[in-house]
Amino acid sequence: MKLIEKMITCNINGLKVDVEKGTTILQAAEKVGIHIPTLCHLDLHDIGIANQSANCRVCMVEDEARGALVPSCAELVSEGMKIQTDSMKAVMGRRTSLELLLSNHPQDCLTCVKNLDCELQSLAHEMNIKEIRYHGEKMSHPKDLTSKGIMKDSNKCIMCRRCVTMCDEVQTVGILSPLKRGFDVVVATAFHLDLGETSCTYCGQCVSVCPTAALAEMNDTPKIWRALNNKEKHVIVQVAPAVRVAIGEEFGYKAGEIKTGQVVSALKRLGFDSVFDTNFGADLTIIEEATELVHRIEQGGTLPMLTSCCPAWVQFIEHQFPELLDIPSSCKSPQQMVGALSKSYYAEKHGIDPKDIVMVSVMPCVAKKAEAAREELNKDGLADVDYVMTTREFSRMIKEAAIDFKKLPESPFDILLGEATGAAAIFGTTGGVIEAATRTAYEMITGKELKEVDFKQMRGFEGVREATVKIGDMSLKIGIAHELGNARKLLEAIRDGRNHFDVIEIMACPGGCIGGGGQPYHHGDINVLKKRQKALYDLDKSLPKRKSHENEMVLKLYDDFLTKPGSSKAHELLHTTYSAKQRI
Amino acid sequence: MRKEILDISQLDKSLLHELDAYIDSLKGDKQEQLIHVLHRAQELFGHLPYNVQLYVAHALKLSGAKVNGVVTFYSFFNEEPTGKYTISVCMGTACFVKGADKVLERILKLTKTKKNEMSEDGLFTIKDVRCIGACGLAPIVTVNDKVYGKVKVNEVDGILEKYRGDHHEN
Amino acid sequence: MKTNSLDSLKTWAKSVRSDSEFRITILACAGTSCLSSESDLIIEMLQAKIDEHNLNGEVNLKKVGCLRFCGEGPIMFIEPDNITYVRVAIKDVDDIFTKHILEGTTITRLLYTSKKNELIESYENMNFFKKQFRIALRNVGDIDPRNIDEYVAQDGYKALGMSLLEKTPDEVIKIVKESGLRGRGGGGFPTGLKWAYTAAVKSDEKYVICNADEGDPGAFMDRSIIEGDPHSLIEAMTIAGYAIGANQGYIYIRAEYAISLEPLNIALNQAKEHGLLGENIFGTDFSFDIGIKLGAGAFVCGEETALIRSMEGHRGEPDKKPPYPSESGFRGKPTSVNNVETFVNVPAIILNGAEWFASFGTERSKGTKVFALAGNVKNIGLVEVPMGTTLREIIFDIGGGHPENKTIKAVQIGGPSGGVITEEYFDTPIDYDSLTAIGAMMGSGGLIVMDEDSDMVEIAKFYLDFTQDESCGKCTPCRIGTKRMFEILERLTNMEGEPADLERLETLGYNIKNTSLCGLGQTAPNPVLSTMKFFKEEYEAYAYRTKRTSYAIEGKKCIGCTKCARVCPVNCITGKVREIHTIDESACIACGACYDACPTQAILKP
Ligand SMILES: Cc1cc2nc3c(=O)[nH]c(=O)nc-3n(C[C@H](O)[C@H](O)[C@H](O)COP(=O)(O)O)c2cc1C
Ligand code: SF4
Ligand code: SF4
Ligand code: SF4
Ligand code: SF4
Ligand code: SF4
Ligand code: SF4
Ligand code: SF4
Ligand code: SF4
Ligand code: FES
Ligand code: FES
Ligand code: FES
Repeated sequence: MKLIEKMITCNINGLKVDVEKGTTILQAAEKVGIHIPTLCHLDLHDIGIANQSANCRVCMVEDEARGALVPSCAELVSEGMKIQTDSMKAVMGRRTSLELLLSNHPQDCLTCVKNLDCELQSLAHEMNIKEIRYHGEKMSHPKDLTSKGIMKDSNKCIMCRRCVTMCDEVQTVGILSPLKRGFDVVVATAFHLDLGETSCTYCGQCVSVCPTAALAEMNDTPKIWRALNNKEKHVIVQVAPAVRVAIGEEFGYKAGEIKTGQVVSALKRLGFDSVFDTNFGADLTIIEEATELVHRIEQGGTLPMLTSCCPAWVQFIEHQFPELLDIPSSCKSPQQMVGALSKSYYAEKHGIDPKDIVMVSVMPCVAKKAEAAREELNKDGLADVDYVMTTREFSRMIKEAAIDFKKLPESPFDILLGEATGAAAIFGTTGGVIEAATRTAYEMITGKELKEVDFKQMRGFEGVREATVKIGDMSLKIGIAHELGNARKLLEAIRDGRNHFDVIEIMACPGGCIGGGGQPYHHGDINVLKKRQKALYDLDKSLPKRKSHENEMVLKLYDDFLTKPGSSKAHELLHTTYSAKQRI
Repeated sequence: MRKEILDISQLDKSLLHELDAYIDSLKGDKQEQLIHVLHRAQELFGHLPYNVQLYVAHALKLSGAKVNGVVTFYSFFNEEPTGKYTISVCMGTACFVKGADKVLERILKLTKTKKNEMSEDGLFTIKDVRCIGACGLAPIVTVNDKVYGKVKVNEVDGILEKYRGDHHEN
Repeated sequence: MKTNSLDSLKTWAKSVRSDSEFRITILACAGTSCLSSESDLIIEMLQAKIDEHNLNGEVNLKKVGCLRFCGEGPIMFIEPDNITYVRVAIKDVDDIFTKHILEGTTITRLLYTSKKNELIESYENMNFFKKQFRIALRNVGDIDPRNIDEYVAQDGYKALGMSLLEKTPDEVIKIVKESGLRGRGGGGFPTGLKWAYTAAVKSDEKYVICNADEGDPGAFMDRSIIEGDPHSLIEAMTIAGYAIGANQGYIYIRAEYAISLEPLNIALNQAKEHGLLGENIFGTDFSFDIGIKLGAGAFVCGEETALIRSMEGHRGEPDKKPPYPSESGFRGKPTSVNNVETFVNVPAIILNGAEWFASFGTERSKGTKVFALAGNVKNIGLVEVPMGTTLREIIFDIGGGHPENKTIKAVQIGGPSGGVITEEYFDTPIDYDSLTAIGAMMGSGGLIVMDEDSDMVEIAKFYLDFTQDESCGKCTPCRIGTKRMFEILERLTNMEGEPADLERLETLGYNIKNTSLCGLGQTAPNPVLSTMKFFKEEYEAYAYRTKRTSYAIEGKKCIGCTKCARVCPVNCITGKVREIHTIDESACIACGACYDACPTQAILKP
């Protein structure tokens, strides 16, 4: 009985559709296979993200009873509603909206970073726009190319506000807002500051949802090409865990296919001298972090301890919670650890002057670009990491070099900093770091072997998750958050003493690095993220070793070079500091 | 340069004190009253430079972009300093049909300014406003609080001269 | 101090000394128009004289709200002598005091001169007032807005008492429904129905909002009500709160009206002191308070969802509807938003009954409507007439037609959302539906008369300039579309257009109306589309570039008086005394000054 009351029958293009109350016309149409174009609409409701401003007006359909056009992405169906998605009025309305957008757009697709991956462009194609009847003044804002991570070209902005939703509502960083009004509206930073002058975390989530090229990662590929072509330089590259489960999408594979071997081959062909695995750094991070945690617990240090491998998250706490800077772990992120070791351990072993080493990383992440440029990580002019390219930039380099990715053989990572366990693989997803850390901390504290390594309660897409793990006679209270808005909730609870945790993992991006700002565009499809996540857990399962402290190359590193976890050498190379910054 | 325009320590302490007192006096959700706070801040500082906006943002725990978005949305808020005299030309319909556009054009020409910009000598800022509710006397021009009704194009020179003169005497 | 029953209210009303108990009462207008001609100073000086002569016991000088005939301001009504003075200036104060107040003689130079050059002594005999009928403005101009006693003496707060003490909320809503009152803010939505919707939603908090944004440029009805009769608004909002189950109301008032706040704040305090607002009104367990929210200069904030966003401290960007504010409004709670004029009808309806109200007006539009009459018309001011009055009556009988008897070409009704109505439709009885039927709309009440000299393309461009400037910029069609329409109009009037522009304007206008997110964009093309419909030839003259842009002198009529050359602000007229003058057409800014100055009508309009 109840169920029936909740159901609604409507009619779309003559087809009868039964849907639940609260369904939008767009969803109802999808149900019967009727496609309606959309642009501003973005719906990742599984992780609580939705841009519902209904402002682009390219999804207009006709409500027959009223004879009026309504936005299908936002208007809910009602009982007996009759919708015509392809009436003349609707088609004309939609076309006009798009034509107007294009009349205020640079239209330089050929050299645009979004070419062939652009929602505006494909819409123009789909709606058969072959002429723009209206012309007049266009926006003319200077491009912002000053930041380390993100380039902003407001002239390509269509004011869909997806980025504002991401930055303001989801990440609660509030860097972007519409300024002015009318035709002069521009989605921008406060006072038109350069992005680098704001409290932007470079999480890149604005980039990952921007339908056009108004927001994109800074293009670092020219610098990397230059390094590769410089005979004097020894160019090393490392690859982050989340890259291997997403790169395939750029070459026509389904989301979640694991392409580790092909990635290594591609990098070799591009001419890198050594190809390392950031996962090695992840295993190392776990050991250092677990040591720090045990130390903090035993010595009565500050708890909770927060993981610090996500640089966007680090930026966030520096700007938004300067009073809590004693809680993040002092460990550098895996990327920086691999960088630091390449320029010390590896350099020493191979007798290369660290100054001649160029360290490049392939990351799912925009924030890693900014992280690499952090002063704290650039001591004496020698950066741990020199250049960072996103998964997308990497795919562009492959294409540029005319490498046929699909035909690449699989190759292994180079050994010195190449071995990795399953624990490291799951670093790329929310909950993964803490799960990996727990595996190690357990054995470190109890001295016993951990039999069941899968901590299911730490997995999933829930924004904030809590878990309690029994380790010997203590129980470790764990908090997990992904997306910075959720992190904020957790931090406020800690600051105000409303909740206690021993250790917390935070990742800035939805789903963790699998949903990073540098990944192939998900175009609003949550399943893409879910498949990437599953692939990482599959990878973990498939590996013989699943605990970081079992990584032999890591153990060797301690024997040969660092002496022991938490040693002063380890501190010098693998740990860092944080400082309070102004909130803007 | 950027740092300077955002530097809150440059602001007059006693004015900030007054602004704080105002914010403290607000009841209920303070963020909701952002527009009232901005009105008060503009009253105190004359206009809303970036550092004042940032100060308000911090005081109300809002982001700078949010405050700047609100300030730039409403035509009452000025980010730039205004001249000694604000000349508002009513461009409401009643005034328009009585030739207010010509009056405005003339004033802009004589003061060598653009709308909403301060004249070089710092004397005038010219704005066009919507109906001030004195349509009976259209077209209407106001200079600060003084209202001029039934203004003719050829009277504009005289009106401006008067304020220029006042200024020289000072 | 607190009023607890209708009886005590009655006693209070009786205790107020009425105007007729004074030897002489002067209603002196302190409305905005009159203030701008220094009426406040005039009143002050007059009061000083009265004080000086110790005449306060017999001379009752009242500073009242708009007396409606703003074009003739500053204006004074003198009772019981039944004399109306217009265009009073500071220099007249002495005469008014000595000659009129002391000696009882009428000052003829301050009387109104009709179009036929007759002097008219009393406003009652002026055509401007004859056909008017006041419900909304019933107290405006009659009472001192700063004195609650005067309001109470006019049956003020009786309707509130009747509602709280004798009626259930449902009964109040029923009366409002039956009265047929429709929203005066533009949309014409039935007020009783809106209240019923809001009342029906269950919620711990609800809000009553008064929309006092009055954005239509050229309209000042709401302002006059707030300044002239603030208690009516307070009383009505409180009744609304009772009816829908809200305990908090807000008045959202545009920043330009900050000076209207003074009488409003005084009134709010007085009402509270007397237990007519605040806790336990009329001693009942119903409590209601009213707060003020100030706008900051954005026309779109008159749109109810934008208004709510603005009240919440955000950019005033409209939200999609549904959900309507009655369901989810201010702070996400059920909210009823009504216009000032809508509200002030309510106490009158409760007092006199739904039937009484419904006896005025037409089949589907009941009561009266206030218009702000302006433009090329002799009598400028506020006009309240029963619905169903024709435009012709308003323009010619009340408005006195064109001041110089030129042909009236059209009226613009409904401001930037509305359209033009041409002479052939002047006999249409004005109501919501008949106006919609002829492609115009009631709007909020701006009524601008345009004569033969008006350039309709320029007028349309004026409105488009306004809307594109006031667009919030949220949705595509309005943000970019209105800009494109404006640019096309600019090209046309700059003689750079082409015939295809006309079609562009039409399709663009049609699609912007269909696809925009809020009422602003949905109506923005109206002024263009409607002028295009009626004055196509004016558009064509531009599109085919057959129109001249500067003034010119018709040689054979020119007597060489040099007057034009002397007034030209850009000195582009040359000619010797008693010789034919010429205009440098490339320099002419088309200000029209020469046209006005020429004694022989030798100057040709563009
Ligand atoms: C662009 C726009 C501007 C508006 N401006 C006003 C206004 O200034 N005053 C007003 O009362 N209603 C205005 N409205 C109408 C309001 O949205 C709303 O319908 C009205 O306040 C409801 O009150 P009513 O039912 O009493 O008319 C405007 C609507 C739009 C679309
Ligand atoms: S953003 Fe898209 S439509 Fe615009 S230029 Fe780039 S590819 Fe083309
Ligand atoms: S699609 Fe057309 S414009 Fe683009 S490159 Fe090919 S030919 Fe040139
Ligand atoms: S990168 Fe992240 S913090 Fe920076 S603007 Fe984009 S969403 Fe906001
Ligand atoms: S920058 Fe991109 S996401 Fe943001 S509003 Fe513009 S087009 Fe949309
Ligand atoms: S979650 Fe991963 S991809 Fe996202 S900002 Fe953090 S490190 Fe980068
Ligand atoms: S129609 Fe205009 S005012 Fe309304 S939401 Fe769209 S852009 Fe804003
Ligand atoms: S219209 Fe004005 S500018 Fe042109 S000639 Fe006449 S006075 Fe001069
Ligand atoms: S005012 Fe008329 S008559 Fe006199 S000089 Fe000018 S055009 Fe000739
Ligand atoms: S997709 Fe529906 S309005 Fe943009
Ligand atoms: S239109 Fe100018 S005062 Fe009303
Ligand atoms: S303001 Fe004085 S009559 Fe209207």
